[in-house]
Amino acid sequence: MFSRAYRAAITLPPLLWVAVFLLVPYALLLCYSFWSVSTSQTIVHSWTLDNYRELFRVNVYLQTLFRSMWVAARVMIFSLLLGYPLAYYLSFYAGARKDLFYQLVIIPLWVSYLVRAYAWKTILGSDGVLNTLLQYVHLTKHPLEFLLYSPFAVVLTLTHIYTPFAVLPIYAALEHIPRNLVEASHDLGASPSQTFWRVIFPLSIPGVLAGATFAFVLSLGDFLAPLLLGGPSGIMISNIVVSLFGAAYNWPLGAAISLCMLLLVVSLLTFSEKLEKKWSFR
Amino acid sequence: MATISEPVIRSAKSGVRALLDIRNVAKSFGTNPVLRDISLQIAEGEFLTILGESGSGKTTLLRIIAGFESANSGEILMEGERLDLLPPYRRRVNTVFQHYALFPHLTVQENVGYGLRVAKLPKDEIATRVSEALAMVKMSAFANSKPGKISGGQQQRIALARALVNRPRLLLLDEPLSALDANLRRQMQVELKSLQREVGISFVFVTHDQEEAMVMSDRIALLRMGELEQVASPREIYSRPATAYTAQFIGHTNLLRGEIKAGVARCNSLSWRVGLPEGPALFSLRPENIRIVNSETGPDIDVVSFRGRIRHQAFHGATELLQVLCDDGLTLSVRAATRETRQGELHLEFSPADAVLVRESPERG
Repeated sequence: MFSRAYRAAITLPPLLWVAVFLLVPYALLLCYSFWSVSTSQTIVHSWTLDNYRELFRVNVYLQTLFRSMWVAARVMIFSLLLGYPLAYYLSFYAGARKDLFYQLVIIPLWVSYLVRAYAWKTILGSDGVLNTLLQYVHLTKHPLEFLLYSPFAVVLTLTHIYTPFAVLPIYAALEHIPRNLVEASHDLGASPSQTFWRVIFPLSIPGVLAGATFAFVLSLGDFLAPLLLGGPSGIMISNIVVSLFGAAYNWPLGAAISLCMLLLVVSLLTFSEKLEKKWSFR
Repeated sequence: MATISEPVIRSAKSGVRALLDIRNVAKSFGTNPVLRDISLQIAEGEFLTILGESGSGKTTLLRIIAGFESANSGEILMEGERLDLLPPYRRRVNTVFQHYALFPHLTVQENVGYGLRVAKLPKDEIATRVSEALAMVKMSAFANSKPGKISGGQQQRIALARALVNRPRLLLLDEPLSALDANLRRQMQVELKSLQREVGISFVFVTHDQEEAMVMSDRIALLRMGELEQVASPREIYSRPATAYTAQFIGHTNLLRGEIKAGVARCNSLSWRVGLPEGPALFSLRPENIRIVNSETGPDIDVVSFRGRIRHQAFHGATELLQVLCDDGLTLSVRAATRETRQGELHLEFSPADAVLVRESPERG
């Protein structure tokens, strides 16, 4: 057994870290959300529910929140549609190339977010790669304008960025399926597609839920992709928070929106964890 | 090695057409040969055990029959039609897996009904057959449990019910009892055997446990380093082992190395009359076939008498195993009814008929 002092010595630094950089800021955020801003642009330290009233009174906040959730939902769906087959191939059919393909999924995560977002700018722009190509093969006469500065561009970019986050937990779940279950299913007369839908997919659901949660939560809070590629119609809730904490100088309202998002995300995580538990059998 | 597999093709129940006909099956993993030229027939309603040490290729042979591996050469026929060309899900063969491989997300009755559901049978028929199968293995009370909530022995019964409910032509069992503790295991051996008689389905049972093989099988196919060493009924394989390896692997034996000359076999100072061709010879003599007698009998052509001293005495319950050092330096194992400590010189004898001529088991690499 380790001595009490030793245990304190190794647990204290991470505890302090969490306290100073996580708990204290959250507590401050909570306080700010109940304060207000005076006309002379100073924070008034008296308790009020005005920020929360404002949030539900002004349509633009809730509308943007719902639009952000819709973007996140689409990113989640596309990430799963792309990520599941990839993870499935990787786990069941890649054989000796498994490690190589696994690295290929990981490598994009090493590239800076900004680089990847800008890459899509050069692909989707009106004189970008895609439009140049389309005009070259005479599919269109003029550049397609909806490609860039639109929710489409945001969904596309976020899907690209967050698909690996969906692939990895699905891959891990698939790797955990004992292969003799697949053999047992074939042995009992189930074709490969029956085996997939009756055995493999149900047993991979915890991974799908984890991947879906990652993609949804990370997309919901994203503000760089809409900033760079979204244009006016692609704005998301985080962009509003950024401007409230910045140019608009309304920290209390920004804090209230942040806390609402936090509450939303935490309840989502809890819900998905419950579901994952329900669907895991080991 | 062709001679070794020669007596093999006799079926246990003569006159019954072979259900499964394995012809010259060979399999290598890379450059490592796992099975070499296996030919074996399995009769309708037979309980055949494939017995072998780990690495003998027994599980690979089972997986080839099930369709999870494909042979490099040879073919397998079931009722005269090629089985080895079909994918596993089209074979009328079911498997009880070593670790049962129950679906953890399905209840016990969903597991048992799996094969019937994927075959798209009517719902009420599935329900009837599932409850019959559960009753057969005495697990009806656990129909709605998940496999993770029941014991190893219970999982084993469910795996059995899940396979048998499909009424396969052939049931494959891959060391299904190896995860159970000794008592439960003996009980399941008896249950499994009587269940097999009841349903009349051919069983191919894989094990490394020779006692288990002896208790349950109609025939034992002993596999050694990818080749069949001998295929025979438990009694025959025990009393007439064909090779030194068989004699040693199944039960306990004394191997006597000697020579046959002019109708007389000689091993050290022991000699007896045989009707065998001349040359070097190897005999297997079971410890229980050596008798301890009160005094030396006179010269008798029907017994071989000799004297020896006890070097070691191992108590086995009803019997004990003695290591006896003979006058000529030979050490023999002798099984006798248990007595208090024995001392001094013993008079021993055996019948020449019990010394079975066996072939040397060649090295294989």
